[in-house]
Amino acid sequence: MNRLVISKTYKLYIGGKFPRSESGRVYEVLSHTGDFLANAAKGSRKDARDAVVAARSALGGWAGATAYNRGQVLYRIAELLEGRRNQFVDEIMNCEGVNAAVASAQVDEAIDRWVWYAGWADKYVQVAGNANPVSGPFFNTSVPEPTGVVAIIAPQGTESLLGLVSAIAPALVAGNTVVVVANEHAPLSAISLGEVLATSDVPGGVVNIVTGSPAEIAPWLATHADVNALDLVGAGNLDWVELQISAADTLKRVLPPEAGADAALPALNRILAFTELKTVWHTKAIL
Amino acid sequence: MKFLDYAPAPESKALLGLKSDYGLFINGAFIAGRGTPFQTINPATEQQIAMIATANEADVDAAVSAARHAYDGVWSRLSGSDRGKYLFRIARLVQERARELAVAETLDNGKPIKETRDVDIPLVAAWFFYYAGWADKLDHAGVGPSPASLGVAAQVIPWNFPLMMLAWKIAPALAAGNTVVLKPAETTSLTALLFAEILQQADLPAGVVNIITGDGSTGATLVNHPGVNKVAFTGSTSVGRSVARSIAGTDKKLSLELGGKGANIVFDDAPIDQAVEGIVRGIFFNQGHVCCAGSRLLVQESIHDDVIDRLKRRMQTLRLGDPLDKNTDIGAINSAEQLARIRELSDLGEQEGAERWSADCEIPPNGFWFSPTIFTNVSTSHRIARDEIFGPVLSVLTFRTPAEAVAKANNTPYGLSAGIWSDKGSRILAVADKLRAGVVWANTFNQFDPSSPFGGYKESGYGREGGRHGLAAYLKPAVRSGSRSIAAANQQTSSVSKKTASVGKKSASAEKAAK
Repeated sequence: MNRLVISKTYKLYIGGKFPRSESGRVYEVLSHTGDFLANAAKGSRKDARDAVVAARSALGGWAGATAYNRGQVLYRIAELLEGRRNQFVDEIMNCEGVNAAVASAQVDEAIDRWVWYAGWADKYVQVAGNANPVSGPFFNTSVPEPTGVVAIIAPQGTESLLGLVSAIAPALVAGNTVVVVANEHAPLSAISLGEVLATSDVPGGVVNIVTGSPAEIAPWLATHADVNALDLVGAGNLDWVELQISAADTLKRVLPPEAGADAALPALNRILAFTELKTVWHTKAIL
Repeated sequence: MKFLDYAPAPESKALLGLKSDYGLFINGAFIAGRGTPFQTINPATEQQIAMIATANEADVDAAVSAARHAYDGVWSRLSGSDRGKYLFRIARLVQERARELAVAETLDNGKPIKETRDVDIPLVAAWFFYYAGWADKLDHAGVGPSPASLGVAAQVIPWNFPLMMLAWKIAPALAAGNTVVLKPAETTSLTALLFAEILQQADLPAGVVNIITGDGSTGATLVNHPGVNKVAFTGSTSVGRSVARSIAGTDKKLSLELGGKGANIVFDDAPIDQAVEGIVRGIFFNQGHVCCAGSRLLVQESIHDDVIDRLKRRMQTLRLGDPLDKNTDIGAINSAEQLARIRELSDLGEQEGAERWSADCEIPPNGFWFSPTIFTNVSTSHRIARDEIFGPVLSVLTFRTPAEAVAKANNTPYGLSAGIWSDKGSRILAVADKLRAGVVWANTFNQFDPSSPFGGYKESGYGREGGRHGLAAYLKPAVRSGSRSIAAANQQTSSVSKKTASVGKKSASAEKAAK
């Protein structure tokens, strides 16, 4: 192999675009053997706030899309992930130091989880909603709706792609938009996932990916008044109690950290954690 | 006698057998509190009704211990059907003693007897009856097969619907298999203590429900007690924030039902007379001491004058006075403190340029009273359009298009309730979809039912009370064995506990926040 390879510039993914950090900062991403892999953007407070603005602007369209449409868009992501399988396997092998079989298994599981969650988009309302038999001449139903903008600290463990997918897919199902802080030491598959999202049919701003230091960025998201929910799944090594206390000021919905390979297991509860239940009473005429 | 004057028709107090002093109800018995007792007064007369005990830290600890002991020893081992039978018993006892409870509630709270008699107490019985039937059907609660109870629930409730809030809290907690320590609001402890007598009549095992009284510090001690597994709080958003801060870093499950600034939207095709009734029900029911009150009236510009004229005419017929009188519509404000807040915000409304109009009511010489009041020419930036007043004060705003109505309705950090008045079904459905509120009433307002989930979006809190979802708030999924493939997830879709692998860590900062 004599050909000199073209290496990729890894940037942030905000509002459907790939900007560098406004701070101009980067940090080195190293392989498991300590070799230089890339300079990743070191996201700042301003980047996080830009990401929240993008997520808020995208919310109406994504939440307002039909459930069938959201399901198809999410499924489309799985299709494109499948097509880029080898790229993700390579990045995972480089970054995480696992062999091809282990890396492949991770990518397979990540793709399968997308498909699993995609299928929920037009079903979770039926499973989690209700008709309520109230005492009176009323038609009364309860229906879950998206909470809004969800900030996520992605799992920081060994399975960078699977952890990221497991955290963002459930939040997207109901129509929330997402700002996610990627795995700090293995951010490459996060940015590559951003490229998948950019070329699938996900509207810009629905998913925003910030690379950098979760310890630096998370407090700005926890206190941001335009963030409705905070998923601390990957915040176990941060001062996450302080983050939860900050989130209480705007009464954000908070999910606690989870550790190990079982973090963010696929579950309907993860979808419902980012929903609000709306109950509507309709008056019936007296005939 | 003036036009529309009625002869007095007071409900009799003869059926009440109140004591002069009330202790704490811990482990099935009334015991003296170790804090300083305080008086509970009738807000319509400012006369003392009884002395109420204050639970100090040791009393809170005793109550939590009793609840833990009852949970481990009795309640968690009881079959669902037996738990249900106790709840059915309680429902029946509440029905049997309904009039007594209604009179006591009216005395202690100041709300009209027609509301306690026809709304509060019937809903208390209905709540217990509804959740009684759930106790042996928990597999269908929506949290997966064989869900588990949480343990000891700490419940802190407000003064606006004292016994009803107690029922909303205790009924689902017990049905799900938890035991309870409940703290009623300082100004309205009386009916909770009468309810404790009902529990004795029902022969509920000792310690399953403990009722401790006191002020906010007693509540804070309870919420922060390390022996508590679940915290359920109803009250102001500011206290709700501090509760959320104090449970940070713990495994306590939390539900919060907080403040609101509900928009009641009247479109030009609405049946106006019915809408006016709904506006009155939305803001003057229970003197406006309602978290889901329709305190912002959004009326389409073209019908504004007509609606306001008719509303004023209707308000002139509201009878303010003796809450025990069966003809009374507007009772007493619950406390001097609350009255001061209502006055302060109303005065601010005038200062900011809104136009104030109050119904012409004769104010009794003693007690705490506030005439039903509306403000017109209110703009969205006014404090009276943003802050929860929690009194009989309505802020009127206008809109031209449905989109503007939705934007104004959602322009609040709260998200508890909203109302829509229109004859056009498709418009109601579209607007209801876009409102960011947990409860939406279409061509009605302030309806409650045990089968209907209730709770807020945004800063109105989280978690639901009522219905299947209100039950799930007191359950957790069965712990599942850890298989991480999609195939396994398909078999146990809804039974993953987010706590299974959660990191159990409570840092110094959490301890700090708890103080």
